[in-house]
Amino acid sequence: MSAVTTSFPSTAAAWQLPSRGKVAMAGLIIAESAIFTIFVVAYLFYLGKSLTGPSPREVLETPIFYTICLLSSSLTIHFAAKCLARGLGFAFLGFWLLTIALGGLFLYGTAQEWHRLIYEHGLTISTNLFGTTYYSLVGLHGFHVTAGLVMLLTVAVLGVCGRVGVKQSGRIEVLAMYWHFVDAVWVVVFTVVYVLGR
Amino acid sequence: MSSNAITIPGTQIQARPWVDELHQWLTTVDHKRLGILYILSALLFLVIGGVEALVMRIQLMHAHNDFVSPQVFNRMFTMHGTTMIFFVAMPVLFGFANYLVPLMIGARDMAFPRLNAFSFWLSFLGGLLLYFSFLGGSGLYGAGNAPDVGWWSYAPLGARAFSPGHSSDYWTLALLVSGFGSIGTAINIIATIVCLRCPGMKISRMPLLVWLNLVMAGMVLIAITPLSAAQIMLLIDRYLGGHFFDTQAGGSAVLWMHFFWIFGHPEVYILIIPSFAFMSEIIPVFSRKPIFGYPVMVGATVCIAFVSMSVWAHHMFTIGMNSYANSFFAITTMAVGVPTGIKIFNWIGTMWGGRIQFKTPMLFSIAFLFQFLVAGLTGIIQSSAPVDWQLSLSYFVVAHFHYVIVGGILFALFAAFYYWYPKMTGRMLSERLGKWHFWLFLIGFHLTFDVMHIPGVLGMPRRIYTYEPGRGWDTLNLIISIGAFIQAIAILVFVANLVISYFKGAKAGNDPWDAWTLEWSISSPPPAYNFATVPTVASRRPLWDLKHPEDPDSRYE
Repeated sequence: MSAVTTSFPSTAAAWQLPSRGKVAMAGLIIAESAIFTIFVVAYLFYLGKSLTGPSPREVLETPIFYTICLLSSSLTIHFAAKCLARGLGFAFLGFWLLTIALGGLFLYGTAQEWHRLIYEHGLTISTNLFGTTYYSLVGLHGFHVTAGLVMLLTVAVLGVCGRVGVKQSGRIEVLAMYWHFVDAVWVVVFTVVYVLGR
Repeated sequence: MSSNAITIPGTQIQARPWVDELHQWLTTVDHKRLGILYILSALLFLVIGGVEALVMRIQLMHAHNDFVSPQVFNRMFTMHGTTMIFFVAMPVLFGFANYLVPLMIGARDMAFPRLNAFSFWLSFLGGLLLYFSFLGGSGLYGAGNAPDVGWWSYAPLGARAFSPGHSSDYWTLALLVSGFGSIGTAINIIATIVCLRCPGMKISRMPLLVWLNLVMAGMVLIAITPLSAAQIMLLIDRYLGGHFFDTQAGGSAVLWMHFFWIFGHPEVYILIIPSFAFMSEIIPVFSRKPIFGYPVMVGATVCIAFVSMSVWAHHMFTIGMNSYANSFFAITTMAVGVPTGIKIFNWIGTMWGGRIQFKTPMLFSIAFLFQFLVAGLTGIIQSSAPVDWQLSLSYFVVAHFHYVIVGGILFALFAAFYYWYPKMTGRMLSERLGKWHFWLFLIGFHLTFDVMHIPGVLGMPRRIYTYEPGRGWDTLNLIISIGAFIQAIAILVFVANLVISYFKGAKAGNDPWDAWTLEWSISSPPPAYNFATVPTVASRRPLWDLKHPEDPDSRYE
């Protein structure tokens, strides 16, 4: 067998590859999109197929205020990431906490809506097909918001301790990608559940 | 032989106590060790799944046999299918991807080593959960133990009323958990290939194995997730009183079928594309020619990935879809044969005019070409909806997909084992035992699965635990069972070869096959750090360039 060395001829050209965090998050977003697609398909497929009430038209109210909260949190996290990249620590923390507040407000809105549906209208996940698909789809999204908030809070705690600086800016942008995705999913869920589905 | 390992003078490496060694393996984040762990766990489950197949074959050996009860037979085919797909085929292919992709692109490790370890343990835990059902499946109901509703778990069989106890819960959780593991690994493979290539390794210079695993990982993201979503829905139905697949509350059993097969059919391609990847590395080396039609191979793979996403309902022709749906899925199914055919022609084109060396990896590769072709042809026969109405749920279908999975995927895997075992262990597998393994397995395979088509055409349904004598099925089933035992003996020869060669095999050296990809440039087994210096490549065959500086490939690219 001929001898093999590893001294490969070197190329002078610069070798730049994408950041692994962003690529991985993009992969996760593709995978999550497929999961949400299946739940959205199930929701649309079962529209109007419930054998008993209540129906979406009777009980759902469009959560416009909380939707505005969640969507604007995409803007605030974008500003936060930009501030961090420029080294503006305090502005970053401000926008970051605002993002958490807006996300928390959205979750509060969902909780309130569910409370109303359960106690006033008697709609639970086992009541009818609408209940099953509605709580699953909105719940899956709510779960993602909650997971996002846990990560945002972790960063906030580290930030308050002064451990988040320009160096971490790449990672913060990866987290921001996830948050934008959660918001984009809400646009779809909102359209399907509150606009088309009623 | 210039060694790539860094040796520090004056240090002597002491053998560690075995507890330390075990601890190292259990806590490892090294892609090579995780790759081997994936492969070993798959081999363990391969033996278990194989025993389940043998139990079924003994039961069906002759009419009115009562080797096992109908209940046990149901558990056997459910566990056999689930085990072989999720805990043998997926892990072993992920294992090879894990081991080879970083080495082939000149990287230190995968992009996320800890995620890698997490994914492996998730998928292994999934397998343990599935098999724990034998102990814990009956729950408080005293009802059945292992899952027994088929590997599709069609609604309403998966519902509480028809699967009391916990058997279906273990099935669901096992698939959900291992599915998350698969998604983690897929993300890892993509990030590794996109972000960690060594200088000069443009995407047009990646070895085909890397390209095909990239496509496979992309498919995992889109195809495994629908199954996870469907499992979540099934859990909601079983535990929270949901009605997704509850027909009494207006739910749809057909929706489960769609969700399952949206996963189920691309899954076949998720398994076969890495097998194509092995072929695309092994056939050129043993034909002593570069791969024929590299860009076309990549294009055909991407094309297969796209088309395979729109063929799933050909598993459902018999449920009564309208004629437009039937036509659509028949046409797409036939269409997927085109890029697959292109690949087969490319492999033949690679062999054409080459100086073919009939070593064991090449023998398995050549058998793969023939068998995969036949498997594809019986697939195209069934893509015609009226023919499928006749053949669906018969042994013809069982023969067809075993031809794909055993004749295609498993033969490709055996080729990969013989080809890369020297790299992983530093020892060659025995050629003599390898030839025994090949010929025994080839004979057993054809005895079983060629013959199996015939009782299918004669009307023998799948998943029956026994049959009446005198229908013309008896002799055929006996032959099928004999073939299964010959395959089992071949597997024993293979395992013996793996074990004996590990201790007694000839030393492999860096590059026993005179190959051209980067993994052969470093010692066997590779050092933990892979490459002492980051390699730089200038063509698709970096080692060819090194060995033939007077006529490097880079001159022609």
